[in-house]
Amino acid sequence: MLVYTIGLVLAVILTATSFWVANTSLLWAPGIPLGLAVLAIAQMGVHLVFFLHITTGPDNTNNVLALAFGVLIVFLVVVGSLWIMANLNDNMMPPPELMNLHMQH
Amino acid sequence: MMSVTDALPSASEAGPAPKRIVVAYGFWIFLLSDIVMFSALFAAYAVLVRATAGGPTGAQLFNQVSVAIETACLLASSYTCGLMSLAVNSRRRAATYFFAVVTFVLGAAFLALEIREFADMIARGATPQRSAFLSAFFTLVGCHGLHVTAGLVWLAVMMAQVAIKGFRASVERRLLCFALFWHALDIIWVWLFTVVYLMGVRP
Repeated sequence: MLVYTIGLVLAVILTATSFWVANTSLLWAPGIPLGLAVLAIAQMGVHLVFFLHITTGPDNTNNVLALAFGVLIVFLVVVGSLWIMANLNDNMMPPPELMNLHMQH
Repeated sequence: MMSVTDALPSASEAGPAPKRIVVAYGFWIFLLSDIVMFSALFAAYAVLVRATAGGPTGAQLFNQVSVAIETACLLASSYTCGLMSLAVNSRRRAATYFFAVVTFVLGAAFLALEIREFADMIARGATPQRSAFLSAFFTLVGCHGLHVTAGLVWLAVMMAQVAIKGFRASVERRLLCFALFWHALDIIWVWLFTVVYLMGVRP
């Protein structure tokens, strides 16, 4: 019972902080998305440890390894997609109006 | 004479793990595959977030108060699901039903708010067909909502099983799987509200 309550309190604190970070003007704006991502990772950690009981006990080794593999695949899918699509976007031809301007020698 | 090292066999010498642990591991692998599917939807959303086709943007559509209440509902339901798991472990039937009902009500409240949000957006012309951004948004958030709906159906079925079959081992394993599913849905929601709603309101 205590485990779940601690998890809830931590999650509430992290959630409230996320909402504050997203809406405040006190932080350097370009760093906000990274700050939100870090808070989300922390919240995920709280959920995994306190609600899902992903611990380092010997019965849990398989679960931890499966989680690590899952995280790797998620990272590849998300980062890989963003990287490839940004690359493709950069290599796209400009839209017609700009091309006409460009081609007027 | 027994020494401390004789007392417990090491994990590999103890034979197959108890069924409860094996079932939890198998279900955990399924959950991870579900999370991989969500990550693909997230990637699609991230790629398309600026493709608003002259239509409304996230900042114009999203209501943070509604999102905050939805988050509170889902987080609280995760907590009450944990308390339900404790009640199942200690075979307290009334507590199990009570926390199951609370979890269900909180999950249903989350869904009601989300459906209302979708209806409002569609009424304002922000339909899934309006732009690639909106298609990706409805797919991602809608998929999560479908999972929550399926979870509520599962929870209702599990309460019927507890009523009819009692706390036998198979019912207990299924309740454990449900709890894993419900907590995983909250983890996905953490990423959803962070990436879609909180990052989306920044211009």
